[in-house]
This record gives sequence, structure tokens and C-alpha cells, in this order.
Amino acid sequence: MVLGLIGLVFGFLSVPTTVEEASEILASHEEHHGSGEEASHEEANFVDEVRQEHGYSEHAMAQDKDLGHDAHEDGEHMEHVLHQMQTKPWSAAFVAAFFFMMIALGTLVFYAIQTAAQAGWSPVLFRVMEGITNYLLPGSVIVLLIVIFAGEHFYPWQNHELVAEDAILQEKSGYLNFPFWLIRGITYVIGWNLYRHFARKNSLAMDHAEDLKPYKNLFRYSVYFLAFFIVTESTMAWDWFMSMTPHWYSTLFAWYIFASIIVSAVTVIAIVTVSLKAIGKLDFVNDSHLHDLAKFMFGFSVFWTYLWFGQFMLIWYANIPEEVTYFILRIQEYNPIFFGMIIINFVFPIVILMNSDFKRVSWFVVIAGVIILVGHYIDIFLLVMPSTVGPYWSFGITEFAALLFFLGLFILMVGMGLAKVSLRPKNNPFLVESEHFHY
Amino acid sequence: MASGNVLHVLYNDDDILMRAVKELRSKHYRIIEVYTPFPVHGLDKAMGLPHTRLAICAFIYGLIGLSVATLMMNYIMIEDWPRNIGGKPSFSYLQNMPAFVPIMFELTVFFAAHLMVITFYMRSKIWPFRKAENPDVRTTDDHFLIEVDAADHDLDALSKFLYDTGASEISLIHNEEHA
Repeated sequence: MVLGLIGLVFGFLSVPTTVEEASEILASHEEHHGSGEEASHEEANFVDEVRQEHGYSEHAMAQDKDLGHDAHEDGEHMEHVLHQMQTKPWSAAFVAAFFFMMIALGTLVFYAIQTAAQAGWSPVLFRVMEGITNYLLPGSVIVLLIVIFAGEHFYPWQNHELVAEDAILQEKSGYLNFPFWLIRGITYVIGWNLYRHFARKNSLAMDHAEDLKPYKNLFRYSVYFLAFFIVTESTMAWDWFMSMTPHWYSTLFAWYIFASIIVSAVTVIAIVTVSLKAIGKLDFVNDSHLHDLAKFMFGFSVFWTYLWFGQFMLIWYANIPEEVTYFILRIQEYNPIFFGMIIINFVFPIVILMNSDFKRVSWFVVIAGVIILVGHYIDIFLLVMPSTVGPYWSFGITEFAALLFFLGLFILMVGMGLAKVSLRPKNNPFLVESEHFHY
Repeated sequence: MASGNVLHVLYNDDDILMRAVKELRSKHYRIIEVYTPFPVHGLDKAMGLPHTRLAICAFIYGLIGLSVATLMMNYIMIEDWPRNIGGKPSFSYLQNMPAFVPIMFELTVFFAAHLMVITFYMRSKIWPFRKAENPDVRTTDDHFLIEVDAADHDLDALSKFLYDTGASEISLIHNEEHA
């Protein structure tokens, strides 16, 4: 908590200064780009011809190809560069905000799954999970505000001039139009938070209940929430991430983001559990519970890799110009972290968490958890940054401050959520089984 | 072994069996084998059997499978005859790796699974036409049997002790092979 508060204060102090700094960097970069670089002529190649037949606007194509290296000195390019640089603090805030929001959201989903599946091992961890989801309300509202106010910084389809000359975006405007998009975003946030509110309420009511009514309510809400979530998670991924590159689409994209969400959430549950146990607040949690969490971390890490690779290989293999631009940008401009992320998110968990004995050693799980979380931060970074700032990315003060700020807020909210009630739930029908859980 | 004599002690409940195993071990009687109709949870721990290393074997077999897949495809697709097939880059293994991953994965799983199973058969000495070793046919249905080394123990005292642990039936077997 103390560390979180320090981070929070530091984050508050550093966020505004870095925004100014970002504009300074922007100015210096502008000078740099404006002078030295060679002008290269834009050639219409095969890909462009194909695209034009499909209805891409000239402007959209120019932006897609604008990787900064072949910078030409005309005003249009500089406008584009400036735009991407102005987007940078927005993106930095969004990456960090979404990263922590998705942990709370993923925890909520995991909680709902455990409830709906009537899991016998996890009820002792329900208070921990509920504590983590305490961040969901502020977190999701902040994320919603960021995507609303980022507007054209993130979402080219909100630029009416661009849409007016782009046949593809016009065709998509039935879905990608601002009012509908706004309503969807608000629906997600309200829906998720409603479940969190009633789940927590019923879970606490269970402590004093004479009968099973709160439990049955919780069970029913969890089932409804899971159905609601699987739909809203898909559309959320399309709305907030895929529409950053509105010419590109991928079918398993939403699922892939879900894998990132759930693995980070399970990891955080494990880390929080270990921390609370270390300070003696969770004596009824044994190493078999930790073992199960570590197994979920391991399994979902592999699941994430599967989806990542499934998306990557299909696009790489067919190499259709429409689709492959997404990965070309990421491989060319983000190479070390793009492939480094695979090692962090796949190879490390595989090697560290394979052994059954290691999964019971708390510091081992924490190390693996920190690695996984870093990996999935990079994952979200790579979802957002290439689509919004293109080649002008860096991990500087802005990104770090945003990360620290939301980390501080996250720890503060989770700490408040945990501190409110006893960490030992009562009267859950599976509680006794859970306390004696042994693997 | 001082004598080839063993006691076949039958139980009809796995809870009683577990308790008997623990009591026998605490009195330092030697248990040769325990026969049960189904896996009794925690029996291996009660008997003090060492942990299986089958998983470690499987991991090594998986690595072998991965190496086989990699070496095979590197030789065939990159070194021996690097053709241009549908524009896929065959200049180095890494460049064309995504296309090889499904096979690398499958061969890893294939080697790990099959070699592990075969290892299990070899270690447990199971194969077709092998003569079944069953001291009492009822142990495959609903009885549990502990084979205790009679050794130099006082048989009467041992029998009394075994009945006290809840044995339903005890028989002394003169076994020439054990001598």
C-alpha cells in the first residue's frame, strides 16, 4: 500500500510534466525530420492498385505507408507525423489504463467462471478476487473516458474528411459511427460494473444468510454475466482496438485479447494471494491453491501463445496485402519487443512453471507472474502503439509515468477492496471443501 | 530374505487398508506388494514409494521430438532442396519457421506421448501375452491385498497384529521363488 501510494503520488506529479515534455520532444523531432531526410517519391505499386479497386482512399494509403523513414518534406507528411506524436501521451495513458482495467475485468470473469463452475478449490480466494475487482469501477470509467476523448487520435474513422473519400470506411460506418460506438462503450462499462456490484453484494450477504438465496443469486448472475461478457468482450476488442486500424480486421482478434486479459488476471490473483499470505492474512490458503493458480497461469499463457500464433501464422502464410500491413509495421518498427514478447509470454512461463514442485514455491510463482505481467503489458503496448503512433514510439517518461500512475491507483483500489471485509468468506457451500483442498 | 514365506492379507475396504499400511510401516514390517482393484488415493505416499520420474522422461522425449522435427525440416526444406514454393522464403530456417511450427509442435507431442507410454510399459513390465500376476482373483473386483514378508517374525503375533488392523483373511504362502 505504501509503495502504491508513493507510485500514485509520483504518477500524479509526473503525468502533467511529461505531457509538456512530450511536446518538447515532438518539436525537436519535427526539426529533425523536417531537415535532414531524403525525399522519396511515392510510387503506386501493385498493392496500391489492388487497394484502390477495393475503395481505399489515397489519404489512407499514404498514411499506411508512412513509416517515417522514407519521409518526404511535404506538409501532409509532417501533419501526419505531428498527429502521431500528439497521440503518444494518449496512447501511453490508454495502454496503462487498459492494462490495469483488464486485470480487474479478467479477475471478475475468472470469479464468475469459478462461481458458475461451482469450483471446489477456489472459494477461499473469492475475497481476494473481489478485492481486485474493486479497481474495475474507476478503471473502466477512466478507460472509457480515454477512448471517448482520444477521438481521432486513436480512431481514424471518426475523421469525417477521411471517411468521405474512403469507400471502405463508408461501408463500415453502419457499425463504426460515433453515437453507436459511444452507446456500446457505455453499455460494456455499465454491464460489467453491475455484475461486480451485485456479485459483491450477494457474496457479502452470504456471510450472514440463513439460507442459500444469496449463493443462488450469485450463481445466476455469474452465468448471465459470462454470456454478456463474451459478447461485449468481442465488440469491445473491435471497438477499442481493432478500429484503430479500421482497414484491417482479424476474426480471432477479440479472443486473443481475452487470452491476454485472463492470463494477466490469474497472475495478479496469484501475486496478491502470495503477498497476503506472506503477511499472514490468508492462513487458510495452502500451497495447493497456489499450485492451481500457477497451473492456470501456465495454461492460459500457452493459450495466449496459441491464439497469438494462430493469428500471426494465418496472416503471414497467406500474406494478403490487406491484412499483412498490421504485422509488417510491427515487425519492422517494433522488432525487438514484438518477438521479445513471445519469449517473455511463452518460453519463460513454459520453462518456469512446467515443474509441479516449482508451482508450489511462492517466490517462484511471483517471479513468473512478474515476467508474465511485463509480457502482457508489452502485448497491450503492441496492440495500441503501432496503430496510433506508428514508428514514433518509445518507452520514455510518459509511458513509465502512466504505468506508475495506474499501478498506484490499482494498488490503492485493490487495497481498499481487500481491507473492507474479512478475507475469509463464510457460508459458501463449497467453502469447507475449499479449505481442505489438497492436490 | 530369510524365508520365502509371505502372508497374503486381505481387506475389504480401502480406508482400513490405508490404516493397515500405515500401522505395518510404523511397526517396520516389510510390505512386498499391495494389490487393489482401483487406485487408492494416497496409498503410494502411505507406502513410502518414491515419486515417479515419468514426467521428466516425457519432457526429455518432447525435446527429442522437437529436435527431430527441426533437423528434419531444416535439412529437407532449407539445405537439401530449397525450392520456391508459393513464394515462401526458404533462405533460412528462421525465415520460414511459422510454416514449420505445426509440425514441430505435433512431433514434440507425438514423441513425448508415445515414448512416455512405452517407457511406462517397459518399467511396469506390461505387454501382450504376459502372464498375469494375481495372487487372488478377488483383488481385481472388490478386495484389497497386502503381501507382507513373513521373514523371521513370530507368525502368531504377526497374525494377531494383522487381524487387529482389520484384515478379513490371512493366508501364509510358501513361496519357493522368494527363497
